[in-house]
Amino acid sequence: MMQPGLYQILFISTALFFIGAYGFLTRRNLITMLMSVELILNSVNLNFIAFNKYLWPDRLDGLFFTIFIIAIAAAETSVAIAIIINLYRSHHSIDVENAEEMKY
Amino acid sequence: MPNTTYIVLIPLLPLAGFLILGLFGRNYFKRSAGIIATVLLLVATILSIYTAYGYFFEYGKVNGIYEKLMPLKYTWLEFSQGVSIDMGILLDPISVMMLVLVTFISLMVHIYSLAYMKGEERFPIYYAFLGLFTFSMLGLVISSNIFQIYIFWELVGLSSFLLIGYYYDKPNAVAACKKAFIVTRFADLGFLIGILILSFYSGTLDFTTLIQRLTSPESTELKTAIASTFLGVSALSWGMVLVFIGGAGKSAMFPLHIWLPDAMEGPTPVSALIHAATMVVAGVFLVTRLFPIFALSTPTALNLVSYVGAASASIAAIIACTQTDIKRVLAYSTMSQIGYMMFALGVSKYGGENGLGYTASMFHLFTHAMFKALLFLGAGAVIHFIHSNEMKDMGGLRKYLPVTHITFLIACLAIAGVPPFAGFFSKEEILLAAYQHNTTIYWIALITSGLTAFYIFRLYFSIFWNKESHPHDEHHGEGGFAMMLPLVLLAIGATAAGFIPFGNFVSSDGHVLESKFHLEFSILPVAIGLTGIFIAMILYKKQNNKAERIAAALSFVYKAAYNKFYIDEIYLFITKKIIFNLIGRPAAWFDKNVVDGSVNMIANITLAISVKTKKVQSGKVQQYAIYFLMAAILIAVLFIYWWK
Repeated sequence: MMQPGLYQILFISTALFFIGAYGFLTRRNLITMLMSVELILNSVNLNFIAFNKYLWPDRLDGLFFTIFIIAIAAAETSVAIAIIINLYRSHHSIDVENAEEMKY
Repeated sequence: MPNTTYIVLIPLLPLAGFLILGLFGRNYFKRSAGIIATVLLLVATILSIYTAYGYFFEYGKVNGIYEKLMPLKYTWLEFSQGVSIDMGILLDPISVMMLVLVTFISLMVHIYSLAYMKGEERFPIYYAFLGLFTFSMLGLVISSNIFQIYIFWELVGLSSFLLIGYYYDKPNAVAACKKAFIVTRFADLGFLIGILILSFYSGTLDFTTLIQRLTSPESTELKTAIASTFLGVSALSWGMVLVFIGGAGKSAMFPLHIWLPDAMEGPTPVSALIHAATMVVAGVFLVTRLFPIFALSTPTALNLVSYVGAASASIAAIIACTQTDIKRVLAYSTMSQIGYMMFALGVSKYGGENGLGYTASMFHLFTHAMFKALLFLGAGAVIHFIHSNEMKDMGGLRKYLPVTHITFLIACLAIAGVPPFAGFFSKEEILLAAYQHNTTIYWIALITSGLTAFYIFRLYFSIFWNKESHPHDEHHGEGGFAMMLPLVLLAIGATAAGFIPFGNFVSSDGHVLESKFHLEFSILPVAIGLTGIFIAMILYKKQNNKAERIAAALSFVYKAAYNKFYIDEIYLFITKKIIFNLIGRPAAWFDKNVVDGSVNMIANITLAISVKTKKVQSGKVQQYAIYFLMAAILIAVLFIYWWK
């Protein structure tokens, strides 16, 4: 079986990042936007792992960063979900446009 | 010298009274406030009499000279070597005399107020303010440092303001307290600048060092202070004149006297304490305190003191002859008598026989405090009985107020200079001092003493004789024991104080000054005084229209004097028309257009920019995300291709 090289992995992670960014910028549904954010985070995770494995295989920094990011992403998701639920309670919708009035 | 640090208790006891009654009086001591304050002050009075006894008869005199003792000195703020603000006690004959005088008069007023102010809504606050005043006045007289005296000087001004404005729901009282505060504050500016000049040249703020450096002919400080001149007058003279302006403001000397008659809006016992016996003589005290400098180094400034004093004495006496409000008559009389003290100092020289004016001034200060406090308290009893300040509402009161009548008569005789009452002795000494050194002032003083006798007996006859009045309510009579006791004690003082051989205790250089009694010299002043009394008797003893006829004949002069020579109007003209229009309005314009304008302009520019840029903050999350992404990419590109 052929080992994927660094470039292949970086290509996948870049693709993942821009898919996430596109989703974040175009969707109106907050849950979908949250999912897009997760895509972006995971693309970053992939980057860390890839660089760690191919450039400095004897060190563990990249792995640690990834673990941290996963933990923080979980926390961030719970906060975001809480905000979304509250928004739904007050507006009966989870459209991002409704969040505009929070600026006042 | 025994341990005398207990003296610090004398001012601190009234201060304790102020704090206790001021903080808790309203809730806990509504009824007992007067008793508490009076007991505290009684202790202070006993302590000061004890101090005076000790100082004058036991340890004060060393080799026949009264020493300046400093039982307590605490350096508070040190600016540089030798220049520091100290809190200390300076004991010398005048401060010890003032201690006794202030505590005694204040005690009399405290007792009197127990009856006079009974049932007032803010009774505890009244006693708290009295305590504050007594504390500040005592602190003022024992000050060892010129800055310390300034601090207490302002404190007495403040307590005077609070007490004049005690009836804060009366618009007149409010206006009067503001006027008193502003006028004296304005004069105190002169005092402050004077202090700065003196301390700049002498390099000290301490009284003893200051006087020593500015009087000994060989000191370098004195030479520089005299050598540097401004507008042809030496810096030292400027300093002393400015200090005197401060004193003149507090002592209601012409032309800064305008606040004193209005200050009579305060409660009458307050007028007796502050505006007759103690605070208004602070100016005299200040000149006395710095007298060696005045006499030895700046005779010009001392000349000014004597002419201002003489002018005030005569002008006030003329105005007093025409006023109809009894408290205002007494106010002008106070101003006139303080004028006497001032010019007595002015004509005095330093040391020996020539220092008679100094002794006379202090003597008159002492006796005046007695009889003028008595006059005010008597007037208070009359006002209490008749509920009016106006002479026309009074008359024939001798039947209703026998004790007040007798004591008031004693005070009138004392102020008119009839022997053997106290005022006779002190006034004779003043006249003698004036006669020896300045004949112009002597003649002014002589005529003024005739006027004094006239206006005070005009007051006396109008209140107690003249027409018969029938007061409609006689329920409270003379006000009971608490009001009688101070009157009787002060009457004893006004009778007996003259026999104190004052020169033995107070003199310009600390040596004993034998007060000689010149019978042939006394004949003329006494005769003039008696003439004044006689004229007043003809005009006012029986109800008649002679006085009105004379007033009509002298209509122009009478009107001018009745309107206090239009000095208030002149002040108003100067402030409203000249200062407000020429300085106030341009300053207001500058403030509105230039100072405010520049600030407003900056604010307007900021506003315009933010209006333009606020669209960026749309609240659309995705828009923000785009900005963020673009910026991140931009920075990445910069770092990759450009920064290398």
